[in-house]
Amino acid sequence: MKKLILALLLLAGPAFAVGLPSDMLPDPAQEQRARSIGRELRCMVCQNESIEESQASLARDLRLIVRERVAAGDSDQAVIRYIHDRYGDFVLLRPPFNLATLALWGMPVLALGAGLMGILLLRRRAATAEPAPLSPEEQARLAALEKDPTA
Amino acid sequence: MIAELGHFALALALALALAQTVVPLWGAARHDARLMAAAGPLAFGHLLACAAGFAALLVAFAVNDTSVVNVVQNSHSAKPMLYKLAGAWGNHEGSMVLWVLILALCGGAVAGFGRDLPTTLKARVLGVLGLVAVGFMAFILATSNPFGRVWPPAPDGQGLNPVLQDPGLAFHPPLLYLGYVGFAVTFAFAVAALLEGRVDAAWGRWVRPWALAAWSFLTLGIALGSWWAYYELGWGGYWFWDPVENASLLPWLAGTALLHSAVVVEKREALKVWTVLLALLAFGFSLLGTFLVRSGVLNSVHAFANDPERGVFILALLLFYIGGAFALFAWRGPAMAPTGMFAPLSREGGLVLNNLLLCSAAAVVLAGTLWPMFADLLFGQKISVGPPFFNTAILPLTVPLVLAMAAGPLLPWKRAKLWPVLQRLWWAALGAAAALLLCLAFAGWRVGPALGFGAALWLILGAAADIADRIALFRHPRFLHLGAAWSRAKGLPRAAWGAAMAHAGLGVTLLGVAGMGLATDNLSALRPGQSVTLGGYEWRLDKVEDAIGPNWSARRATVTVSRNGATVTVLHPERRFFPVGRTTTTEAAIETGLSGDLYAVMGEEQDGATVLRLHHNLLAPWIWLGAVLMALGGAISLTDRRIRVAAPATKRATAMAAKA
Repeated sequence: MKKLILALLLLAGPAFAVGLPSDMLPDPAQEQRARSIGRELRCMVCQNESIEESQASLARDLRLIVRERVAAGDSDQAVIRYIHDRYGDFVLLRPPFNLATLALWGMPVLALGAGLMGILLLRRRAATAEPAPLSPEEQARLAALEKDPTA
Repeated sequence: MIAELGHFALALALALALAQTVVPLWGAARHDARLMAAAGPLAFGHLLACAAGFAALLVAFAVNDTSVVNVVQNSHSAKPMLYKLAGAWGNHEGSMVLWVLILALCGGAVAGFGRDLPTTLKARVLGVLGLVAVGFMAFILATSNPFGRVWPPAPDGQGLNPVLQDPGLAFHPPLLYLGYVGFAVTFAFAVAALLEGRVDAAWGRWVRPWALAAWSFLTLGIALGSWWAYYELGWGGYWFWDPVENASLLPWLAGTALLHSAVVVEKREALKVWTVLLALLAFGFSLLGTFLVRSGVLNSVHAFANDPERGVFILALLLFYIGGAFALFAWRGPAMAPTGMFAPLSREGGLVLNNLLLCSAAAVVLAGTLWPMFADLLFGQKISVGPPFFNTAILPLTVPLVLAMAAGPLLPWKRAKLWPVLQRLWWAALGAAAALLLCLAFAGWRVGPALGFGAALWLILGAAADIADRIALFRHPRFLHLGAAWSRAKGLPRAAWGAAMAHAGLGVTLLGVAGMGLATDNLSALRPGQSVTLGGYEWRLDKVEDAIGPNWSARRATVTVSRNGATVTVLHPERRFFPVGRTTTTEAAIETGLSGDLYAVMGEEQDGATVLRLHHNLLAPWIWLGAVLMALGGAISLTDRRIRVAAPATKRATAMAAKA
C-alpha cells in the first residue's frame, strides 16, 4: 500500500509542473495547431491526460514530435496518423471508428432510438387500453348531471 | 481506547442497521404496528452509533494518534488542524465512514421529519435504508477498518497528499456524498413503493423534496470538485471527462431526469413506473460511482487511494442492491397501471423529452467511461476514450435539450400549441441570436463559443420570459402593470422561482464555458523586470523569493498585472515543496473578477529566468456561479409551500442546503 501511494505520488508529482517555452513553435498559428492536435493524443504513461496537459517525459517527446511534423508542413490528420501508426489506438483520445467501438460511437443514436421506441410502444399501449370504468358514485353523478346540467 | 470505542460504535451501528432492516419490513409485511413503530428509534440509534464512530475517527486524527494505522498513513503532526480533520475523510476508510454517517443522517431525517408519511410506507423506507446501511457497514468492518492499530506507534504520520490539502477538497467529499447518499432515500421510496405496489401523486410529493435536496448537494459537490481541479491542478482546465468526474455526472443526469419526472407524477399521476425506474437508476449510478472510485478499477487522475480487493466487495454490493431492486421492479412494476393521458406536445411531453435526452446523455457518458474496460475484456483492444469523444458525442444531445429547456416551462399541461409559446419566447431567441452573431463578429470564426453564448442567452432570457409570462408582465402591450405584476410575483409558487433560477443557472454556467472557449494563455521564461502582454494586460515578473508555510517551503514569484499603465493586481504563484512525502506542487495565483480570471502558474527556474504560464480565462467564475444558482434554485424550490405542507421532511434538508 505504501509503495503504491509512493508510486502514485511520483506519477502525479511531475504532472503539476509547467512546460518549457523553448519547446514551443515560433509561429503562433502553428503552435495553436500543434496544441489542438496534442489535445487529441493521450500521454500513454499518465492517467487520462492529453500530451498537452502532462509533464511526463514521454508526453514531452510526443509534443516535440507533433511540433516537428507540424513545422514540416503535415496536415492535422497526417500528424495524428503519424503518431497513431507508431503508438496504436491507445494513443488516440478520440477512439477510432471500428467494430470494437461501433456501439460506443453509435450510443447517442442507439439510446435515443431505444428511448423513442419505448415511448411509442407505451403510448400505443396506453391508447388501446380501456379507460377504467366509472365507479357507482361517478355513474350516479353522471346520471344526475345528464338530467340537470346545473346540479 | 478512543479507536476501540469507535470500532465498537461501528459494530453497534451494523447491528442496529440489521434490526432497522428486519423489524420494520417484517412489521410492514405482517401489518404489525408495534414492529413498524420501532423503525424510527432504530434509525436514530443507528445514527447515534455512526456519529460516535465518526467522532472517534475525528479525535484520532485531531490528536494525531500514531498508533492508528489510518492516521499514520494519512496524517502528520505538522498539518494545519483543518487538514488533519479533513484527512479523516480524505482517505478510503474514513470516506466510507462519512458515507454511512450521511446515510444514517438521511434515515434520521426521514424518521424525524416524515411524521405525516403513512406508517407502512415509512417503515418500508426506513427498512430499505437500513438494508443499504447493512451492506456498507459490513464492507467497512470486513475490508476497510479505519481503526486498525499499529504497535509500536510510528514516530509521526506520513502526511496527506499535498494536492489534497486544500479547503475546496476538504468539503468536496461531504457535499458529493450528501448528493450520492441523498439518492439512497429516493431509492428507498421507490423500493418501498414497489413493495406496496402503489405509486400515486402523494408518493411523487414525498419523493420530490429528497430528489431536489440530493440533486442540489450533488450539483454543489460537482462544482466544488471542478473548481478545485481548476485552481489546484494548475492546468486551467475545469472539466476533464475523467472517469471519476463522470461517475459523479451520471447520478446527476439521472437525478435531474428524476426531479422532472417526479413533477409529472405529482401533478398528473403519469410516468409513475418510469419515475420509480429513474429513482432506482439514480442510486444505481451513485453506487457505480462509489465502486469506480473506491475500487480503482479505472485508470484515473483522481485514483489517489484504491485497492482492487475491496472492489469485488463493492461490486457484490452493487449487484445485490441494483440487481435486487431491478428484479423487484420487473416483478411489481407492470402491475402499476399508467394513468394521466397527455398529448405529445404538452408540459408532460416536454418533460418526457427532457428525460429522453438526459438519459441518452447518461448512456453516452456511461458507455464512454466503461468502454476502455469492455474493449479490453471483449476484444482485447486497448483504446482510450477522452474529452474529444465526449465533447463530440454529447453535443447532439445537448443542443435539443437546451432548445427545449427554455420552451418546456411555458407549455401548458395536457395539450399545448407551439405558436403561443414561441410568441412568448421571441425576444429570448432574438437575444440568443444576437449573442451568437456578436461572438462570431468579434472573436473570429469560433463556432463552439458562439453556440455557447447563444445557448446561454437563450436559457437565461427563456427563464426570464417564463417568469414574465407567469406574472403577466407584458400582458398589456401599451403599458407595464408593475404593481399588479409585483403582487402576482409575490404569489407565484416558490417552485416556479426555483425552476426558473435553476434553468437560468445552467445558462450562466454555459456563459462561463463559452467564455473559457475564448480563453488565451502564454508560456514564457521571464527574468525579473521583464514582461509579456496577454489578453490586453501587461504581466511583469518583479521578483522570485523563498517563502515558508506550516508544512512546506516554497519559491514565490511576484507578478504585477497592469492595464494601460494602471496596476490591476499583484499575483503570487508558488512552487511548494513538502518535505513530508517529498513532493512539489504548483500553486496557481488567481485574481477573480466578473469578466474573468487572471491566472498565473510558476514553472521551473533556470539561468535566472523563471518559466511562467499565464492564462486570461474569460468569464471562468461564471461556470461555478451558475452551479451555485442551480443549487439555490433547488433550495428555493424546496421551500415551496406545497412541499412544506405535504412533506415536513424537507425542512431539515432545506436548512442544510441553505447552510451549504
